[in-house]
Amino acid sequence: MLTLQCPYCGVQADETELSPGYEAHLKRYGPDSTPEEFESYMFARKNPKGVHFERWRHAYGCGKWFLAARDTNTLEVFGTYPAQSTEPPADLQAKIKQKRPDWEGYK
Amino acid sequence: MRRYSVFAIAREALRHHTGWERAWASPTPKASYDAIIIGAGGHGLATAYYLGKNYGITNVAVIEKGWLGGGNTGRNTTIIRSNYLQDPSAAIYEKARSLYETMSQDLNYNVMFSPRGVIMLAQTHHEVRGYLRTAHANALQGVETKYIDAAKVKELVPIINIDGPRYPVLGGLWQPRGGTARHDAVAWGYARACSDMGMDIIQQCEVKGVRSEGGKVIGVDTTKGYIGTKKLGIVVAGHSGQVADMAGFRLPVEAVALQALVSEPIKPCMDVVVMANTVHGYMSQSDKGEMVIGGGTDGFNNYTQRGSFHHIEETLRALVETFPMISRLKMLRQWGGIVDMTGDRSPLISKTPLGNTFINCGWGTGGFKAIPGSGWAMAELMARGEPGPLAAAFSMDRFKEGRFIDESVAAGVAH
Repeated sequence: MLTLQCPYCGVQADETELSPGYEAHLKRYGPDSTPEEFESYMFARKNPKGVHFERWRHAYGCGKWFLAARDTNTLEVFGTYPAQSTEPPADLQAKIKQKRPDWEGYK
Repeated sequence: MRRYSVFAIAREALRHHTGWERAWASPTPKASYDAIIIGAGGHGLATAYYLGKNYGITNVAVIEKGWLGGGNTGRNTTIIRSNYLQDPSAAIYEKARSLYETMSQDLNYNVMFSPRGVIMLAQTHHEVRGYLRTAHANALQGVETKYIDAAKVKELVPIINIDGPRYPVLGGLWQPRGGTARHDAVAWGYARACSDMGMDIIQQCEVKGVRSEGGKVIGVDTTKGYIGTKKLGIVVAGHSGQVADMAGFRLPVEAVALQALVSEPIKPCMDVVVMANTVHGYMSQSDKGEMVIGGGTDGFNNYTQRGSFHHIEETLRALVETFPMISRLKMLRQWGGIVDMTGDRSPLISKTPLGNTFINCGWGTGGFKAIPGSGWAMAELMARGEPGPLAAAFSMDRFKEGRFIDESVAAGVAH
């Protein structure tokens, strides 16, 4: 069972306590954007077999949204961090790079 | 190819079964082909079959990373139905259902198609209205379905509890011509027919890269070397994103795990397929007597072919409520498949940004029922380079244009 640590309340929450929210760090486009831009964030999501950054909500706990780095191929969790981050923390990226030398990086 | 028949069985019985041929050849790849299809599952093999049968294109290779039919074709709950709401969906799923009716004769391979009927239970007033609407839509589309009341549901499914504590059964959408088929046999039958037409089915051969020149595909790099091709079809379900990445474009698809399970075999007790979309579970009985059970997908991206345990618990809780007699059954096996979900829960059968390259994916949780129709439409697209009437609505531009085929609400959750 997938277990993520909520970065706000510190609880080791298993997935029955969490709601998944799919890809993190999306650039959201507004009403004046082009169809391509709208499609890029609404539908053409990253779908990697490997390192993935996601939104999760501690739905049956503190209720807050947070972000997580996870391997979609092994279900290994690299770490979680607050939703107010515009990109994954440097130390987390370094840790992932160390564990997955082939990883092409967050961008 | 020696045809299977009652006379073949009699002949082989007399000579101790020494004369059966291999159902398909295992050739080494040629230097190049007129068309390569990546993925020897049901959809890929059906595409190859109809390329040969309908368009006379037989210089075709079907390349498979694992073994034939070993992905979602061998992992589904074998339900066949076409009671969709939207016109493009009803058209392609009904085409598929009608091709299933004659598939055993067409392929000379017994796929054990069993048109036993499919009921989708209505357990809320919202669902009653939804299914009445679907029944009317189906009547206009030429798909035979009927809204039935709770008493009729009970008559068709004596083991059902129509007075459940949470969601009593109020009625159902009944498609008498829906049913099940043997999933492995569908892949094997197509493979045998393709091999007989001179196509190469190359198993244990993983595609590692897609080569292009001047914006058009010229071949694929595989673990068995480079293979040239004039046209490329990508039909790989859960791993569509990876292959599309090699071809240099991104798909509006995400991969998640869907689970299924079967019980110990018991005596015949239910001769229709029942889907309960409000409580979320579906069940049928296989010819061996096992209850074949499916439920919902996990909510996060996953490539592990195993799902979360609590989803099984939710599915079984829903089905025990609906069929109290299964509460004491032991479950024998549980497994997962990686399904490719699109934003509107409808598939892609489409041209791609790379020339002469075509994609067929996004069948999500409901691909098995579509196999022959999907292959039919994909073969037309690959042969002509332009989609025919069945495939036209399923192009990948629709997400940019906002032209969705919204079945995620229409078909309920079990899709």
